[in-house]
Amino acid sequence: MDASFLFGQFLGGLTAAMFLFLIASGLSLIFGILRILNFAHGSFYMIGAYLAWQLVHILGPASGNFWVAVLASALAVALLGAVLEHFLLRRLYGREELYQLLFTYAVVLVLADATKIIWGTQQLSVSRPPSLAGSMTLFGAVIPHYNLFIILLGPVLAFTIWLVLHRTHIGRMVRAAALDREMLGALGGNVRRIYTSAFAAGSFLAGLAGALVTPIKTVVPGMDVEIIVEAFIVIVIGGLGSLWGTFIGALIYGQFLSFGILIFPRFSIFAVYALMAIILIIRPWGLFGRPLSR
Amino acid sequence: MMSLLGRQAFWTPLAFVLALCIPLLASRFYTSLATDVLILALFATSLNLLLGTTGLVSFGHAAYFAAGAYTCAILMKNHGMPFAAGFAAAGIVAGVLALVFGFFCVRLTKIYFAMLTLAFAQIVWAICFKWNDVTGGEQGLSNVPYPDLGWMTTIPGLGGMRVGEHYFYLTLVLVGMCLLVLRRISESPFGRILTTIRENPERAEFIGIHVRRYELAAFVVAGIFAGLAGGLFGIFNRGVFPDFGYWSKSAEVLIMVILGGMGQFWGPLVGAVTLTALNQQITSYTEFWPMVLGLILIVLLYAFPAGVLGTLVDLVGRRRGQTDA
Repeated sequence: MDASFLFGQFLGGLTAAMFLFLIASGLSLIFGILRILNFAHGSFYMIGAYLAWQLVHILGPASGNFWVAVLASALAVALLGAVLEHFLLRRLYGREELYQLLFTYAVVLVLADATKIIWGTQQLSVSRPPSLAGSMTLFGAVIPHYNLFIILLGPVLAFTIWLVLHRTHIGRMVRAAALDREMLGALGGNVRRIYTSAFAAGSFLAGLAGALVTPIKTVVPGMDVEIIVEAFIVIVIGGLGSLWGTFIGALIYGQFLSFGILIFPRFSIFAVYALMAIILIIRPWGLFGRPLSR
Repeated sequence: MMSLLGRQAFWTPLAFVLALCIPLLASRFYTSLATDVLILALFATSLNLLLGTTGLVSFGHAAYFAAGAYTCAILMKNHGMPFAAGFAAAGIVAGVLALVFGFFCVRLTKIYFAMLTLAFAQIVWAICFKWNDVTGGEQGLSNVPYPDLGWMTTIPGLGGMRVGEHYFYLTLVLVGMCLLVLRRISESPFGRILTTIRENPERAEFIGIHVRRYELAAFVVAGIFAGLAGGLFGIFNRGVFPDFGYWSKSAEVLIMVILGGMGQFWGPLVGAVTLTALNQQITSYTEFWPMVLGLILIVLLYAFPAGVLGTLVDLVGRRRGQTDA
């Protein structure tokens, strides 16, 4: 095991971490504001991936087309999220958490079969956009340009989300809704619209992650259920509802996966869930979250 | 007018006697389906002790089902133990596991409780999935032997029957006994305290109830019966697989409870029957059963949150109310 190999392993973990951050940040945003643990978030990610494949397939593989496809897929998923929230989920806010959880699980079941009906069950893949098709050597480890782009995109997006939440009017409203929805409503804030926007924004991030992951992972049924548990682990580590916590959580989880496989190959999955359980036991609100008063 | 208790004392034995006739009247296929339903009913009823009675949303109940299934299957297949030992061990192992996991879970509330139960269940799944030497890993353990039920042929009327039918009777008696015990538990003072905790944990604490301890006790009892259901299922299924412990299995059993009605003791049983019957009907038309299940669940959540049995009981109650007035 030489240094360049370990560095390559580190970069692999970093790439995985940035995807997880994209997905988990949306999940965490939705949890932070709506207090709903959205099982369908993984399905949004999967739909984003399938839509991106479909659009690239229609438009052709040129670089510009890839980015158009990615953006369009993410927006379409955001729209889907907004529609679900506006017409269905909204009616369950007053009810017990169990009903909300089961509703999002029902959406998982419906969307999983819907994608099978539309796209079949075969593996689909998208090639990297030509402008990022090359690769470079960093400290002896080979890394594709596309992966490097993802590694850089993660922090940029994290910072963008932070800017939106802390430096814009809508962001302030969203944070106010997360802190005290009744008070915001009493002060004349449109809580309903904030909820729909937050759900759409979270879905957008899931769709974006799904669309961007297509050049790295094949698009297959089942990717929804697989990713959602991983996203749960990330937000539990970082703290439910905390943006930077999610970012750090994703970094920890990415490296854990990447090096866990080297250290204890057979029990790395086990170790990940054990980590999740231990964090929930010691600090249920995660490493960077705050204890919930409600 | 017969009281509620009077009606149950009438319906429960009647249902049992009707169930006894299933292998005589129905084909082997339906007998096997009925065995499946009975086991799932026990699994779902054990979950309802947490969900409906105590108000705890566990998203990892499949862990105890899987633990029981693997325990019973490993003891019977690899160690040649008799069924009685395997079955008892399934309950004990699942109960001990529930005690250890539950100890941590009851310290958390609401969404965190659900998340931790999910995390623990995934740990069990990961162990089943990866510990090849003991659990058979991804492939699971197949060819789990049937218990020796030869003695049943000496019972009049059961002589000419096959092992599948004998296993149905074994399941019917064991599940029936377990359900009666669970019913006794939920109607006992202990069960009443659990309901108090569901209704208002703070007030329960004020009147001197050690809420966590009672929740843990409920968690362990639910785990034991889920383990017993798992033990029966592993043999019925002739194999045990890691999927038994996966989180989607926990979601399935939750759906069963909600479908039947978590406010009723017999709700999960009705849920198991309804879900299995729907599954049979719908899978003969389409392979997209999950989608149909998702749509059923959405309709249920919006239109009939009390579930099938809960809605029926409400309807009957309303009609009674009208005739009385």
